Amino acid sequence: MARILVQEACFDVAAEQALLAEGRVDVGGIAAFTGLCRADDGISALVLEHYPGMTERALEKIVAEAEARWPLTGCTVIHRVGRILPGEPIVLVLAASRHRSAALEACAFLIDWLKTGAPFWKREEFSDGRERWVEARASDDAATARWAG
Amino acid sequence: MQILYFAWVRQKVGLGQEALDLPADVADVAGLIRFLSARSPGHAAAFAQAKQIRAAVNQEFCAPDHPVRNGDEVAFFPPVTGG
Repeated sequence: MARILVQEACFDVAAEQALLAEGRVDVGGIAAFTGLCRADDGISALVLEHYPGMTERALEKIVAEAEARWPLTGCTVIHRVGRILPGEPIVLVLAASRHRSAALEACAFLIDWLKTGAPFWKREEFSDGRERWVEARASDDAATARWAG
Repeated sequence: MQILYFAWVRQKVGLGQEALDLPADVADVAGLIRFLSARSPGHAAAFAQAKQIRAAVNQEFCAPDHPVRNGDEVAFFPPVTGG
Protein backbone atom coordinates (compact mmCIF):
# COMPACT_ATOMS: atom_id res chain seq x y z
CA MET A 1 0.00 0.00 0.00
CA ALA A 2 2.69 2.46 0.96
CA ARG A 3 4.90 4.09 -1.65
CA ILE A 4 8.50 4.29 -0.43
CA LEU A 5 11.21 5.72 -2.66
CA VAL A 6 14.86 6.65 -2.19
CA GLN A 7 16.00 8.58 -5.24
CA GLU A 8 18.28 11.31 -6.55
CA ALA A 9 15.55 12.92 -8.64
CA CYS A 10 13.23 15.60 -7.33
CA PHE A 11 9.58 14.73 -6.70
CA ASP A 12 6.25 16.27 -7.68
CA VAL A 13 4.18 16.90 -4.54
CA ALA A 14 0.92 17.44 -6.41
CA ALA A 15 1.35 14.29 -8.50
CA GLU A 16 2.21 12.26 -5.41
CA GLN A 17 -0.86 13.59 -3.59
CA ALA A 18 -3.06 12.77 -6.56
CA LEU A 19 -1.83 9.16 -6.49
CA LEU A 20 -3.17 8.75 -2.94
CA ALA A 21 -6.69 9.75 -3.97
CA GLU A 22 -6.75 8.24 -7.44
CA GLY A 23 -9.70 5.95 -8.09
CA ARG A 24 -11.11 6.08 -4.56
CA VAL A 25 -13.64 8.17 -2.66
CA ASP A 26 -12.93 7.09 0.93
CA VAL A 27 -9.99 9.45 1.52
CA GLY A 28 -11.01 12.38 3.71
CA GLY A 29 -7.63 14.09 3.96
CA ILE A 30 -3.97 13.93 3.06
CA ALA A 31 -1.40 15.46 5.39
CA ALA A 32 1.85 16.50 3.77
CA PHE A 33 5.32 17.40 4.99
CA THR A 34 8.03 18.55 2.61
CA GLY A 35 11.53 19.03 4.00
CA LEU A 36 13.63 21.62 2.18
CA CYS A 37 17.35 22.33 2.07
CA ARG A 38 18.10 25.53 4.02
CA ALA A 39 21.15 27.67 3.20
CA ASP A 40 22.43 27.52 6.80
CA ASP A 41 25.80 29.25 7.24
CA GLY A 42 25.91 29.95 3.52
CA ILE A 43 26.23 26.33 2.39
CA SER A 44 26.34 25.77 -1.35
CA ALA A 45 24.89 22.24 -1.27
CA LEU A 46 23.87 19.33 0.93
CA VAL A 47 25.08 15.86 -0.04
CA LEU A 48 22.89 13.04 1.25
CA GLU A 49 24.46 9.61 1.72
CA HIS A 50 22.53 6.50 2.74
CA TYR A 51 22.89 2.76 3.34
CA PRO A 52 21.25 1.09 0.33
CA GLY A 53 19.16 -1.86 1.41
CA MET A 54 18.99 -0.93 5.07
CA THR A 55 17.43 2.43 4.22
CA GLU A 56 14.49 0.84 2.44
CA ARG A 57 14.05 -1.74 5.23
CA ALA A 58 14.11 0.96 7.89
CA LEU A 59 11.57 3.10 6.03
CA GLU A 60 9.30 0.08 5.54
CA LYS A 61 9.41 -0.62 9.28
CA ILE A 62 8.59 2.99 10.16
CA VAL A 63 5.70 3.04 7.69
CA ALA A 64 4.39 -0.30 9.00
CA GLU A 65 4.42 1.17 12.52
CA ALA A 66 2.42 4.20 11.34
CA GLU A 67 -0.07 1.92 9.58
CA ALA A 68 -0.47 -0.10 12.78
CA ARG A 69 -1.16 3.02 14.85
CA TRP A 70 -3.47 4.96 12.54
CA PRO A 71 -6.15 3.89 10.02
CA LEU A 72 -4.40 5.13 6.91
CA THR A 73 -5.78 4.72 3.42
CA GLY A 74 -2.34 5.36 1.97
CA CYS A 75 1.08 6.70 2.72
CA THR A 76 4.08 7.97 0.73
CA VAL A 77 7.67 8.53 1.81
CA ILE A 78 10.19 9.84 -0.72
CA HIS A 79 13.71 10.70 0.43
CA ARG A 80 16.25 12.17 -1.94
CA VAL A 81 19.95 11.31 -1.88
CA GLY A 82 22.94 12.84 -3.63
CA ARG A 83 23.61 16.57 -4.08
CA ILE A 84 20.77 18.90 -3.12
CA LEU A 85 20.89 22.67 -3.52
CA PRO A 86 19.47 25.24 -1.06
CA GLY A 87 15.76 25.69 -1.69
CA GLU A 88 15.32 22.22 -3.17
CA PRO A 89 13.14 19.60 -1.50
CA ILE A 90 14.84 16.74 0.39
CA VAL A 91 12.02 14.62 1.73
CA LEU A 92 8.28 14.15 1.26
CA VAL A 93 5.91 12.46 3.69
CA LEU A 94 2.23 12.05 2.83
CA ALA A 95 -0.33 10.33 5.03
CA ALA A 96 -3.91 9.81 3.85
CA SER A 97 -6.87 8.78 5.97
CA ARG A 98 -10.64 9.10 6.27
CA HIS A 99 -10.17 11.82 8.91
CA ARG A 100 -7.66 14.60 9.44
CA SER A 101 -6.42 13.68 12.90
CA ALA A 102 -5.06 10.31 11.78
CA ALA A 103 -3.49 11.85 8.68
CA LEU A 104 -1.86 14.74 10.58
CA GLU A 105 -0.59 12.59 13.46
CA ALA A 106 0.76 9.86 11.16
CA CYS A 107 2.55 12.45 9.02
CA ALA A 108 4.26 13.97 12.09
CA PHE A 109 5.15 10.51 13.41
CA LEU A 110 6.68 9.50 10.09
CA ILE A 111 8.93 12.54 9.72
CA ASP A 112 10.01 12.42 13.39
CA TRP A 113 10.92 8.75 13.10
CA LEU A 114 12.54 9.14 9.74
CA LYS A 115 14.99 11.68 11.17
CA THR A 116 16.31 9.31 13.82
CA GLY A 117 15.50 5.82 12.52
CA ALA A 118 16.68 5.68 8.92
CA PRO A 119 20.33 5.55 7.81
CA PHE A 120 20.83 8.86 6.00
CA TRP A 121 23.71 11.27 6.56
CA LYS A 122 23.99 14.91 5.44
CA ARG A 123 27.24 16.57 4.46
CA GLU A 124 27.32 20.34 3.96
CA GLU A 125 29.43 21.79 1.16
CA PHE A 126 30.66 25.37 1.08
CA SER A 127 31.64 27.46 -1.93
CA ASP A 128 35.26 27.68 -0.75
CA GLY A 129 35.60 23.89 -0.86
CA ARG A 130 35.11 23.22 2.85
CA GLU A 131 32.75 20.47 3.90
CA ARG A 132 31.15 19.52 7.20
CA TRP A 133 29.05 16.54 8.30
CA VAL A 134 25.78 17.55 9.94
CA GLU A 135 25.65 16.44 13.56
CA ALA A 136 22.65 14.64 15.01
CA ARG A 137 20.47 16.85 17.20
CA ALA A 138 19.17 15.95 20.64
CA SER A 139 15.91 17.72 19.73
CA ASP A 140 15.33 15.14 16.99
CA ASP A 141 15.72 12.30 19.50
CA ALA A 142 13.26 14.09 21.79
CA ALA A 143 10.79 14.48 18.92
CA THR A 144 10.97 10.74 18.24
CA ALA A 145 10.72 9.86 21.93
CA ARG A 146 7.36 11.61 22.29
CA TRP A 147 5.82 8.82 20.18
CA ALA A 148 7.05 6.05 22.51
CA GLY A 149 4.57 3.78 24.21
CA MET B 1 32.06 -11.21 6.78
CA GLN B 2 31.35 -7.86 5.16
CA ILE B 3 32.11 -4.60 6.99
CA LEU B 4 30.58 -1.36 5.68
CA TYR B 5 31.42 2.23 6.60
CA PHE B 6 29.35 5.34 6.01
CA ALA B 7 29.71 9.13 6.21
CA TRP B 8 32.78 10.38 8.13
CA VAL B 9 33.52 6.88 9.41
CA ARG B 10 34.00 5.86 5.76
CA GLN B 11 36.17 8.92 5.10
CA LYS B 12 38.42 8.26 8.10
CA VAL B 13 38.79 4.54 7.45
CA GLY B 14 39.43 5.32 3.78
CA LEU B 15 37.21 2.45 2.62
CA GLY B 16 33.52 2.01 1.90
CA GLN B 17 33.65 -1.67 2.71
CA GLU B 18 35.96 -4.56 3.34
CA ALA B 19 35.65 -8.33 3.69
CA LEU B 20 37.34 -10.16 6.54
CA ASP B 21 37.26 -13.37 8.54
CA LEU B 22 35.95 -12.83 12.03
CA PRO B 23 38.66 -13.62 14.59
CA ALA B 24 37.68 -16.39 17.00
CA ASP B 25 38.00 -14.11 20.02
CA VAL B 26 35.56 -11.48 18.72
CA ALA B 27 32.00 -12.11 19.92
CA ASP B 28 30.15 -8.82 19.69
CA VAL B 29 30.04 -5.40 18.04
CA ALA B 30 32.24 -3.81 20.73
CA GLY B 31 34.85 -6.54 20.24
CA LEU B 32 34.73 -6.04 16.50
CA ILE B 33 35.37 -2.31 16.96
CA ARG B 34 38.44 -3.07 19.10
CA PHE B 35 39.71 -5.50 16.44
CA LEU B 36 39.07 -3.10 13.56
CA SER B 37 40.68 -0.16 15.39
CA ALA B 38 44.03 -1.96 15.22
CA ARG B 39 43.92 -2.52 11.45
CA SER B 40 45.22 0.91 10.37
CA PRO B 41 45.68 4.50 11.60
CA GLY B 42 42.54 5.37 9.60
CA HIS B 43 40.51 2.73 11.39
CA ALA B 44 41.87 3.94 14.72
CA ALA B 45 40.90 7.53 13.91
CA ALA B 46 37.41 6.50 12.80
CA PHE B 47 36.69 4.57 15.98
CA ALA B 48 38.47 6.97 18.36
CA GLN B 49 35.24 8.68 19.43
CA ALA B 50 33.33 5.59 20.51
CA LYS B 51 30.28 7.60 21.58
CA GLN B 52 29.87 8.90 18.04
CA ILE B 53 29.78 5.44 16.45
CA ARG B 54 26.55 3.60 15.67
CA ALA B 55 26.32 0.08 14.27
CA ALA B 56 23.98 -2.16 12.34
CA VAL B 57 24.21 -5.94 12.08
CA ASN B 58 22.50 -7.39 9.01
CA GLN B 59 20.88 -3.99 8.36
CA GLU B 60 19.31 -3.61 11.83
CA PHE B 61 20.50 -0.95 14.29
CA CYS B 62 22.10 -2.64 17.29
CA ALA B 63 23.88 -2.02 20.57
CA PRO B 64 27.60 -2.66 21.25
CA ASP B 65 26.82 -5.94 23.02
CA HIS B 66 25.03 -7.37 19.97
CA PRO B 67 26.68 -10.66 18.90
CA VAL B 68 28.48 -10.89 15.56
CA ARG B 69 29.14 -14.00 13.50
CA ASN B 70 31.16 -14.73 10.41
CA GLY B 71 28.85 -14.10 7.46
CA ASP B 72 27.17 -11.09 9.07
CA GLU B 73 27.00 -7.74 7.33
CA VAL B 74 28.13 -5.18 9.91
CA ALA B 75 28.00 -1.44 9.26
CA PHE B 76 29.54 1.44 11.25
CA PHE B 77 28.46 5.04 10.91
CA PRO B 78 27.78 8.28 12.84
CA PRO B 79 24.35 9.07 14.29
CA VAL B 80 21.91 9.45 11.40
CA THR B 81 20.92 12.90 10.11
CA GLY B 82 18.25 12.33 7.46
CA GLY B 83 14.89 13.96 7.00
